[in-house]
Amino acid sequence: MPKPKVAFYWCASCGGCEETVVDLAEDILGVVEVVDIVLWPVAMDFKYKDIEAMPDKSIVATLLNGAIRSTEQEEMARLMRRKSQFLIAYGACAVSGGIPGMANQFPREQILKFNYEDCPTIANEKKVRPQTSFTEEGRETTLPQLHNVVRSLDQVVDVDYYVPGCPPTPKLTKLAVTALLEGKLPPKGSVIAPDIALCNECPRKETKPNDISFVEFKRPHQLLMDDKCFLAQGVVCMGPATRSGCEAACTTGGMPCTGCFGGTSRVHDQGMKIMSSLAANVAAKDEAGIAKTLAGIPDPIGTFYRYGLAKSTLRRKVNLPKEA
Amino acid sequence: MNPEPPKAWNEAGARANAAYQQKRHVSINPITRLEGHGKIDVFLDQNGDVERAYFQVPELRGFEVFSLGRPAEDMPQITSRICGVCPTAHHMASTKALDDLYKVEPTSAGRKIRELVYNTFMLEDHALHVFVLGGPDFIVGPQAPAAERNIVGVIGKVGLEAGKKVISTRRRLRELISYFGGKVIHPVLGLPGGVSKALKAGDLAKFKQLAKDGVEFAEWTLAVLKQIVLGNSDYVKLITSDAYTHKTCYMGQVDEKNRVNFYDGKVRVVDCNGKEICKFTAQQYRDYVAEHVEPWSYMKFTFLKPRGWKGFEEGPDTSIYSVAPLARLNAADGMATPKAQAAYEEYFKTLGGKPVHFTLANHYARVVEMIQAAERIEELINDPEITSPDVRRVPTATPTEGMGIVEAPRGTLFHHYKTDERGLITMANMIVATANNAARIAMSVDRAAKGLIKNGNVTDGLLNMVEMAFRAYDPCLGCATHALPGQMPLIARIYDYKRELVQEIRQG
Repeated sequence: MPKPKVAFYWCASCGGCEETVVDLAEDILGVVEVVDIVLWPVAMDFKYKDIEAMPDKSIVATLLNGAIRSTEQEEMARLMRRKSQFLIAYGACAVSGGIPGMANQFPREQILKFNYEDCPTIANEKKVRPQTSFTEEGRETTLPQLHNVVRSLDQVVDVDYYVPGCPPTPKLTKLAVTALLEGKLPPKGSVIAPDIALCNECPRKETKPNDISFVEFKRPHQLLMDDKCFLAQGVVCMGPATRSGCEAACTTGGMPCTGCFGGTSRVHDQGMKIMSSLAANVAAKDEAGIAKTLAGIPDPIGTFYRYGLAKSTLRRKVNLPKEA
Repeated sequence: MNPEPPKAWNEAGARANAAYQQKRHVSINPITRLEGHGKIDVFLDQNGDVERAYFQVPELRGFEVFSLGRPAEDMPQITSRICGVCPTAHHMASTKALDDLYKVEPTSAGRKIRELVYNTFMLEDHALHVFVLGGPDFIVGPQAPAAERNIVGVIGKVGLEAGKKVISTRRRLRELISYFGGKVIHPVLGLPGGVSKALKAGDLAKFKQLAKDGVEFAEWTLAVLKQIVLGNSDYVKLITSDAYTHKTCYMGQVDEKNRVNFYDGKVRVVDCNGKEICKFTAQQYRDYVAEHVEPWSYMKFTFLKPRGWKGFEEGPDTSIYSVAPLARLNAADGMATPKAQAAYEEYFKTLGGKPVHFTLANHYARVVEMIQAAERIEELINDPEITSPDVRRVPTATPTEGMGIVEAPRGTLFHHYKTDERGLITMANMIVATANNAARIAMSVDRAAKGLIKNGNVTDGLLNMVEMAFRAYDPCLGCATHALPGQMPLIARIYDYKRELVQEIRQG
C-alpha cells in the first residue's frame, strides 16, 4: 500500500512553525518513515506543476501555516484545498491572522512611506519606491502588490482542523499527525488542543484568586513579579480567555500569557472575553477612577488581540483604503 | 467638444497595451506566477551573455508600522515574530534597546543569563546551518544529487551515531533556551533591566554537563569540517574560486580588546584591506549606516553612510559591507576564548591571510564561532553568580529613545525605538542582519549568473551555483521576508536581448 501523502506549506509567516516541525527532533525520522511528504518548501524541492497535476484530494493532509496576505498566497491556499482531503490551519497566523494581523490597523501606504521615506536610516532623496513594474534600459522587472488586509486561512478557504499556537508545540503536532494517520478524527472544525482555559495547566493555578478586584494594572517591567498568579499581582494575563495546550510555556518562563492559542470553543471573541472579565472586576465604580485603572492597559488591541485581530469581530480598521 | 472620440481612442490604446503586455509575458499568468520569497530576473545581451541579473525580494510585512502604539516592553516578543529561525536574536536586540530606552543597567546575574541564553542560541543555530541547511553542500558534496544534500545525507556521511549526536545536542541546547525563555521559538525572558527567570541551583548540574558536551561537540564539528572539506582540494578550490570572491568592507561587534562578541560591545568596520574604518556604539548607528532603495526590490540595501552610496561596486573605496561569520572574523582582531582563538589563527593561515574575501569561507568561520559560543557557555554556567536570584532591576527613568545591537547568527542586527512618556512606541526602526548583506548578495547573484551563462546556454546548474552563494550567507529572508534559509524558495527567469522570457527555473 502506498504511503499516505502529506504536505506542508507556508504563507505569511516567520518560519517558526516550520522550526516546530524540525523540533520533532528524533521523532521526525519516524514521521518520514510512515508518510510521503509531497511538498515541503523549506526542506525539499518543490514543483508547483507537480502539485497541480495531482488528482484532486490525493493528498491526505496539508498543514498550512502563515496568514494570507497576497494573491499568490490565496492561490496556493485554494490549490492545496483542492488537492487535499484535509486542510489544517497550522499555527496562530493561519488560525487567526497572528501577529502580522495587527497590520490590519494600518494602511499599506503608511508602511511604504515609513520604510522608504521616513525611517531614520533612509538615504533616498528622490523618494524611490519599489515598483510593481520597473523598466531600466528596456529590462522590465516586476514585484507583487502588497495588500492592506491580512486574513486567516478560513477567511479564504474551507478549513477542516486547527492546530493553534505561536508556534504550536511538537507534542500537539504529533497528536494531530497521529490522529490523521490512524483515522481517529475529531469532528470537522475541531481545534487540536485541550478545550479548557490555560489556567488549568498553569503552575500558578493554586494562587489564582477566586474573587479579584483590580485597583490598578501593572505592566511586566514595572514590578518584580513573584511566582503567584499574574492577575493576583495586577498584571494582565490572557490565561483565563486562552485555550491550554502550550504546557504554560510563558508563565513557566516568568511572563504572563499573551493568548497565542486563541479562545476555547465556548469563547466567541477572545479579546472581548478577557476585556469583559477584567473590566467587571475593576474596583473603581466612577468614570475617573475606572479611566485611571485602565490607563495600566494602554494598548488594548495589542494586548487582547495580539494574535487574533484578523479573525476577530473587529477584524480591521474600518476606513482602510480599498485594495488596489 | 464631443467626449466620445478621445474615450474610444484611450480604450483602444489600453486594449493594445494589454495585448502587448500579455505577449511579452506569455508564460506568466497570475496562477503560475508564484514569486516565492526570492526572485531572480536575468537579462541577456545579443550574444546571449548576461547583461544584468537582479536579485529581488518580493515581500514586506511592515513590523515597524504595526509596532506603533504598542507598549515598548512588548517589543521583544512582537519583533521575535520577524523570524522564527532567529527569534532569540530579535528578542535580545529588542531587550537591549529597552535597557537603553529606560536607562537601566541589567543586574550582573541578569546580564549573565542573557549572555548564556544568547551563546546557546548561537551554538544551536550555527549547528543547524552546518548540518541541516547550508553545510550539506560541503559535507555530502556539491556534486551529490540534491536528494542527498540534506541531514539524511549528512548522517550517511558521518555515521548514524554521529548524526544522532547532532540532533540530540541541538535538542538539549534548545531545552536550555526553553528553561529561561519559556519556549525556544519566540522566548519571553527579556525585560528592561534583566530577565524574567533565574536559574535554580538544583537545575545547574544538567546544564554543566550540557556545557561540557557543547565544547566537545563544537570541536568535533571542526574536526569533521577539516577532514571532509579542507582535506579535499576540490572543495578548497571551489571556496577560493573567483566566482565566490568579493572585496567589500566587513562589519562585526567586538569587545574592548577587539575580539568577537555576539551579545555586546561596539560595532567595528574594516575595509577590504582589513584596516579599521570606524567603530561605533548602538547610539551612534545612524551616523554610520544608511539604507539605499532600488525600485526593483522591497529589500533595502545598507551601506556605510560616511562613504555614500556608490552602487554595486567592490574594492578599496566601496561603501558596501558584509556581515555574518566571515565578516565578524575579518572585523575582529581575534576570538575571546582560547580554543576558538587557536581555530581562528588556523582559519586565516589555511585561507591565505586576513581578510578573507571568499563568501564560501562563511561555513568555516561559522564553525570557529561555534567553538567560542560553546566555550563562553561553559564559562558562564560555571560562574557562581549564574544561580543568583537577583536577575532584574526595575527601571525608574522616563523613556524617550533606545537602541540595541546584537550579532545575530546572520550578522549585525539593529533595533531602535522612540516612545512617549508612557513607553508607547512612536517610532521603530529595525535593520536586520540580511539587509546588511543585501548588496553583497545581489553582487554574488550577478557574478554567478555572469560566470555561468555564456552564449545563451542556460543550464539547470545555475540555481545550484547561485544558491550555494546564497546559502553561504545563511540569508535569513525570514527576516527580510518570511522564508527560511536553506532550500530557498527561488525562481529565476531568463530574458533574451529582445526582453522575451526564454526560460524559467524554480526551486523551493
